[in-house]
Amino acid sequence: MIHPIPPGTRDVLPEEMRELRRLQGALIEVFEGRGYGEVATPALEYDEVLRRGGGRAQDAAYRFFDEGGELLALRSEMTVPIARLVATRYTGAEPPHRFCYLAGAYRAVSPQRGEMREFTQAGVELIGADGTGEVIEVLQEALDAARLASAVIGLGDADLYRDLVEEYGLDDDAAAAVLERLGAHDLVGLEAELAGAGASEEQIATCLAVSQLRGGVEVLERARGCGSPAVSRAAGRLEDIYRGLEDRDGGYRVQFDFGLMRDLSYYNGAILEVYDPAVGHVLGGGGRYDGLMKRFGLDLSAAGFALNLERVHVAQIEERRRQGEGR
Amino acid sequence: MSSEPRAPLKLAVPRGALLGETLDLLDAAGVDTAELRGDSRSLIFEAGGMTLVTMRPSDVPTYVEAGAADVGITGKDVLLEQSDRPVYELLDLGYGRCRMVLAGRAGSDRLSESARSLGMMRIATKYPRIAERYFESTGRQIELIEVKGSVELAPLVGLGDGIVDLVATGRTLEENELEVREEIVECTARLVANRVAHKLRAAEIDELTEKLREASRG
Repeated sequence: MIHPIPPGTRDVLPEEMRELRRLQGALIEVFEGRGYGEVATPALEYDEVLRRGGGRAQDAAYRFFDEGGELLALRSEMTVPIARLVATRYTGAEPPHRFCYLAGAYRAVSPQRGEMREFTQAGVELIGADGTGEVIEVLQEALDAARLASAVIGLGDADLYRDLVEEYGLDDDAAAAVLERLGAHDLVGLEAELAGAGASEEQIATCLAVSQLRGGVEVLERARGCGSPAVSRAAGRLEDIYRGLEDRDGGYRVQFDFGLMRDLSYYNGAILEVYDPAVGHVLGGGGRYDGLMKRFGLDLSAAGFALNLERVHVAQIEERRRQGEGR
Repeated sequence: MSSEPRAPLKLAVPRGALLGETLDLLDAAGVDTAELRGDSRSLIFEAGGMTLVTMRPSDVPTYVEAGAADVGITGKDVLLEQSDRPVYELLDLGYGRCRMVLAGRAGSDRLSESARSLGMMRIATKYPRIAERYFESTGRQIELIEVKGSVELAPLVGLGDGIVDLVATGRTLEENELEVREEIVECTARLVANRVAHKLRAAEIDELTEKLREASRG
């Protein structure tokens, strides 16, 4: 008899489970070694709590009522549940707080596109310290521990385009449309929106060029060279993070990416994404979200990242296969 | 950062209506496409230091999103219909120009009649998402009928009051006694990139983009 399971979910059999466990163990060892204590939170939260966090968490895809008529939701990520945990359980405690997790998360993605609706996130949260650099270091160590020799961390700045549209003097609607096109990385649409909003040819050219700036330290100079104060400020912020990393022998996986955009309602300052040439999908991401804790009543800065465990595993296998082929 | 020798950049090339002009553009950009113009049955070619993979235009976003192709060329109509696929749209290549339109039977006011008496129109289309978004954004309600083949047939035999479809010259519409009622959006061929390849093979993709930009302005 065949008994089906919902699309986007799957069983894990012993051979894969052993490999996943090894990977989980290696990651947790790195996190704990850096002082990030592992926590677990319920997969089910009150929908209201997840909504309070904003960002991706408010779009929980799986909601239902319990017997008391309360609206519950399956978490779609771990940052908001941990913000909730800190606000509730650590109110009197002296920050910073360092937590890590290995947890299932749920999203209503289209399972026909190689994405899973249930997947595992492995990540850290650093709350109450200005720790973008530290978080990047932990991420680098985690990628080392996962033996992803080719993985790259793309580092961008969430405030850059908010600043830039202000510098261009765009009204709210035009700014929102421009940010949306930037988020979708639709350069053709971006050019049209900027032109429609009355930006000068020079401003359009600058915005398009900046969105394509990515690579090593040399792009910081090129960013400063385009003559926009907003872009120069972003380059300065990124350089500060990078110099801090360099001083501690970090930064070797970092690539700057002035075109990087993540969910903007959530992040400010540094944002990051993890790529591996062996797979076409993003392996994980994160950044800084100082406003989040305030929504839970604590005025604390926060930064963190989450890796998609199953995708990291796929990248591991692909990298191994490529090495086997002598590439 | 990695110094390992890499596979050539993979470019998804659309077969069908866009193929001819795509090959012309690649030729102009210095990629010799003679082999693709032959009657070879193979789908993969090596040219100009790249691997050219030929496929249906509507499959291009799928391959590029997954990273099976690093870059690709396809129509804006395809990108709009599959707008949930996060590929980077780098360049308007300018050719393959056509219009997405709402069309109805010539000389018949069935569309407006349905809108009046039923409060909605029945629309047959191969582009359900574009149609849905368009009518939603103009505050009208429709009943969508998705078809796969020649959509011009639908209103002629009473499947729907009108169609949303792509029109290049308008001849097919004319021959089927249909006429354009509203223009939804103009579409041209676009260069798209996988978001990971766009970061990790930045120099190669930027170089290709520049060459294609110059060739398409040429």
